[in-house]
Amino acid sequence: MNVAVCLKQIPDTAVPPALDPQDHTLIREGKLIMDDSDSYGVEMGLQLVEAAGGGEVSLVSMAPNGETSGLRTALAMGAAKAVLASDPVLAGSDALGTAKVLAAAIRRLEPDLVLAATESTDGYTGTTPVQLAELLGWPSVSFAKHIEIADGVLRVQRQTEAGYDEVTCPLPAVVTVTAGVVEPRYPSFKGIMAAKSKPVDEVTVADLELDPSEVGPVGARQQVISVEAAEARKSGEIVVDEGDAHERVISFLEQLKVL
Amino acid sequence: MDKVWVLAEQQDGAPLGIVLELLTAARGFGNVVEAFTWGPGAASAATTLGLYGATKVYDIGDIGESLPGPKVAAAIAAEVGRGNCPDALLVGATYDGRDIAARLSVRLDRPVLTNIVGVDASSGALTTEHAIFGGSMVLRARFTDGVPGIFVVRAKSFAAEPAQPAESAEAGGQPPAVVAVEVPETGATDAARIVARHEEERSGPKLDEAAVVVSGGRGLGSPDNYALIVELAQLLNGAPGASRAIVDAGWVPYAFQVGQTGKTVKPTVYIACGISGATQHMVGMKGAKNIIAINKDREAPIFTIADLGVVGDVTKVVPKLIEAIKARG
Repeated sequence: MNVAVCLKQIPDTAVPPALDPQDHTLIREGKLIMDDSDSYGVEMGLQLVEAAGGGEVSLVSMAPNGETSGLRTALAMGAAKAVLASDPVLAGSDALGTAKVLAAAIRRLEPDLVLAATESTDGYTGTTPVQLAELLGWPSVSFAKHIEIADGVLRVQRQTEAGYDEVTCPLPAVVTVTAGVVEPRYPSFKGIMAAKSKPVDEVTVADLELDPSEVGPVGARQQVISVEAAEARKSGEIVVDEGDAHERVISFLEQLKVL
Repeated sequence: MDKVWVLAEQQDGAPLGIVLELLTAARGFGNVVEAFTWGPGAASAATTLGLYGATKVYDIGDIGESLPGPKVAAAIAAEVGRGNCPDALLVGATYDGRDIAARLSVRLDRPVLTNIVGVDASSGALTTEHAIFGGSMVLRARFTDGVPGIFVVRAKSFAAEPAQPAESAEAGGQPPAVVAVEVPETGATDAARIVARHEEERSGPKLDEAAVVVSGGRGLGSPDNYALIVELAQLLNGAPGASRAIVDAGWVPYAFQVGQTGKTVKPTVYIACGISGATQHMVGMKGAKNIIAINKDREAPIFTIADLGVVGDVTKVVPKLIEAIKARG
C-alpha cells in the first residue's frame, strides 16, 4: 500500500499575508511551512500504510526556490520521501496548472492512493485535488471524514449538507480529507533527525515533460485586476462584564426586535 | 454576454438556494440563461428553475449511486463538444459543485475562478469579486481569454428573486423546455458508489437560513458547554453554529461550521460566544446585519467587527442570558 500525499508549503500563517504589488499574487518568498490542513492527510496516509502492513507514504509538493521546510516536517512525522516540483516558470500557476504538475509528479510514484486536504489555508481554491483525479483518470471522494481500506477497496464517510454518505471506491483513487479525519502526530526528536537525510527529488517542468505554456501565468489564463480594502465594519459598543452584561445583550436584542 | 449556464443542483425537485441566487445573477448579464440538472425530481425542478429565469433545462437524468462529479462534468463537456458553448458557467460552491467544476475544468482544459462573492458585467466580460484575508480585502479578477468561463460562487453572494410570479407558470406561463442530455463514457473516474446515506438529526431553522445564529468556539472551555449555545439558539428561534476550532476538535459535527470552509451566514443577528475571530471564521459571518461578540480577551479580533462586544467569560454571561430570556416567558 503506497500513499502519495499532496503537501502545500505556505507562508507562516502567524505572519499577516501580503500580495505582490505588481501582479497581485501571494508573496511566497520567505520561509514556508507545511499547511496545517495537510497534516491530516500525512497522518491518515501513515495510518493506512501501517494498517496494510507494508508500503510507504510519499509527499508531492510544488514550491518556489527548492523550498523543503514544510516537507521536512511531514518527513519527520514518518513519510519516506518526497517529490518537489520547483521551477521559476511555475510562479503564478493557477489550480489547474498546479494539478497538471502534481499529476506528472504522481505518475512517477505510481501510488495506490493520493490524499490531499479539501483546500489550502492560503489560497483555498479547493479544486486542485479533483482536477488531479480527472487528469489521472481516477475516481475521487472529496470531503472524507473517515477512511478505511478493506480488500483493496476504500470505504469513506463523505461529508454532505445533511450528514454524511458512505462511499465505496476502488483503488487507485484521490481522496480529500477534512480536518478531524485523524489526529496528526507530533514529530518525535528521532523523526526530526531522520527526516534530514530522507530523499527529496527536486524536479523541473522539463523533468516532468510538461509544456511550460500550460503552467505559470500563461497557463492560468486569468488575471487579478485590482485589490482594495473591503468596506470595513466598524466596531461598536464594548462593555466589560461586571455580572450584568447580559442585560445589555437583552436590550440590544429588544432593539433589533429579536426579543 | 450571450449565453450563461447555471449548474442546478436539486434535491427531490427543489433546487438549492444557491441555484436560485445564481439564476437571479445570471439574468442580470446573460441574454439567455439555461440550467443543467440531474437526479430524480429534475422535471419538477425545471418549473422552479423557469420561474427564476431559465429558458431551457438540460436534464442529465438519474445518476444512480454515482457521485455527481464525473458524470455531470462529462455530460456538460459533451454538450460543449457538440458546439453548444456558453460564455459562462456558474457553479455553487457546494461539495458536489466543486467536484463538478474541477472535473469539467480538466475535460475542457479551462481554468476556474472560485470563491466568488460578486460579479460585474459592465465591461462586457465578467469581472469577479473575491473576499480575501478574512474579508478585509476585495480582489477583482477575470479570465484573459476563451470560453466557457467556469465560475464557482459562494452561497449568499446574491439575493434570489423570481423572474416572474409563481402564478404565471400555473396560469399558463411558458415553463422551460427540458432537454435530455446523455452521459458519455466516464471510465474509471466514475467508480465510486454511495452505499448508504446518513442524515444527522437537526431541529429548528437551518444554519444558513436562520434569522439568528448563535455560534460557539474554544472559549466555551469544554464540549459539554456547547449545550449553552444550543439552548440560547433555541430560545431565540435561531440555529447553533460553531468555529472551525471546535469542529476540528470533534465537539460538534462539520455541518455546524461557520466560515471559509463551512457555511456562509447572513442572519439578522450573529452571536459569537467564545470565538476569537480567526480570519477564516470572519469571512463566513461578517455579512450578518448585527454582530454580538462575547469573549474574555479584550484584544480578540472579533471585537473589531462587533456591534456589541461583551468582554467576559461566556460560561458566566450566557447562562445569565438564558435565565433572563426564560424569565420573560
